[in-house]
Amino acid sequence: MSMISVQGLHKTFNKTIHAVQGVDMTVEEGEVVVIVGPSGCGKSTMLRCINLLEVPTDGEVAIDGVDLMDKKTDLDLVRAEVGMVFQGFNLFPHLTVIDNVMLAQKKVRKRSKEDAEAEARRQLARVGIPEKADSYPRQLSGGQQQRVAIARSLAMGPKVMLFDEPTSALDPEMIKEVLDVMLELANDGMTMVVVTHEMGFARAAADRVVFMDEGRIVETGTPEQIFSNPQEDRTKLFLSQIL
Amino acid sequence: MATEAARGRAHVPRKRRAEEEAWWQSAPWWVGIIIAVMVAMGLKLLFDEDYDLAWSNIIPGVWITIRSTIYIFIIALVLGLLAGLGQVSNNVVARNIARAYVELVRGIPILPLIFTLALVIIPDLSAAVGAENSVPNDWRAILALALIYGAYMAEIFRGGIQSIARGQTEAGRSLGLSRRQTMRSVVMPQAARSIIPPIANDFIAILKDTSLLSVVGVLEITRRTRQYSASSFKFTEAFFTMTFIYLALVLALSTLLTFFESWMTRDRAGER
Repeated sequence: MSMISVQGLHKTFNKTIHAVQGVDMTVEEGEVVVIVGPSGCGKSTMLRCINLLEVPTDGEVAIDGVDLMDKKTDLDLVRAEVGMVFQGFNLFPHLTVIDNVMLAQKKVRKRSKEDAEAEARRQLARVGIPEKADSYPRQLSGGQQQRVAIARSLAMGPKVMLFDEPTSALDPEMIKEVLDVMLELANDGMTMVVVTHEMGFARAAADRVVFMDEGRIVETGTPEQIFSNPQEDRTKLFLSQIL
Repeated sequence: MATEAARGRAHVPRKRRAEEEAWWQSAPWWVGIIIAVMVAMGLKLLFDEDYDLAWSNIIPGVWITIRSTIYIFIIALVLGLLAGLGQVSNNVVARNIARAYVELVRGIPILPLIFTLALVIIPDLSAAVGAENSVPNDWRAILALALIYGAYMAEIFRGGIQSIARGQTEAGRSLGLSRRQTMRSVVMPQAARSIIPPIANDFIAILKDTSLLSVVGVLEITRRTRQYSASSFKFTEAFFTMTFIYLALVLALSTLLTFFESWMTRDRAGER
């Protein structure tokens, strides 16, 4: 069974803007899929439909065999299994770093304070900033904040991690520290779906690259196939503009 | 230049520079003015028999004013929170009831609305549920003003909640927190920063607006002042005493609230 299964996905905003127009995609356990495409092609909307942050207008979404479009499915339970990292970090500014990482562990996983704190410190060490545990988010650089956001998701023990342009809001010198953490995560066997403009990361980490345009998947293949030998004209045009 | 030199005056370059304010320019004279007014009034009250008489006639109303203020504030706070959350709710019924309540109250001036609520709607409602005359007069007035301020506070709560970026809710929900948990642990603690100052402001406004309760027969400060002045014809003494008492109460409450606000925001240097 696939870890993520998306079938016939449509998402329309205000009945007029057809952001996603029939996407089929499956992601196997341990697979790293990178979604690329021009701005406004629906890749972020598609990603946000995977954990139902956007409720699809039509189609099927299942994670580890659980049908998310079934109204009886408890989405909060599913979302605890699906980590999400945002472009704007979205750390909780009123909480210290360690409290950011502990909050959902305590409220959703019902872990004791001690267990949650131990797990939080483990994950902060994993993303390389154990010494910032007692800082507030605004005292951290963008790269550090994004790594805390990754630790916050990892502390829930997710089956899948979704990344929505995780480095797009970062200063250039901070992009690498975040990508390194993501690369390590990929090597550890995490199932990941990453929307990004970092083609270097796609080459290094992706098992599969998906190229989207105008709400549809245009082409799918290994990084080698997509970057060195694209089949579709639209893909070639896109790559010629960014590489 | 030549003419200036001829007149024996040196050329002074007119250069722009920031000037420090002198101590007397930045000193808080207004505090002195208020203290002077208060002291003058205090001396009158201590040494003038007519003022003393007015004072002893009005002072029993202070407790009623304070008690009404506290009751109204607490009820309005609960109503405001409920209606504020109602306005941002996904529930169509809750959202529309909350919106209608807020818009109705905001569309009617306070004084006419107090008359309508305290003298018509609340007695009629209690009669309709078979409990005629069950609400004492003071409470009809208190409930009326609480309903009014509840609507004002609902707007404060709604604004505070909506000022928190959508990404905060999304981050909470994507971690598996429920709507309620996200509201309680993520949105509300942040919204509190922008909610507390205007709520404190409304607390003071409620204290002052309890004077409106005098029109429906609550024996608070204003009502007692009017009764005493009408029977004794000591208008000057009565009205000055009344304003002195209100000013003292408001200054005391706002000082208290200033301390409360700084206590609420203590030890959060790192927070935005």
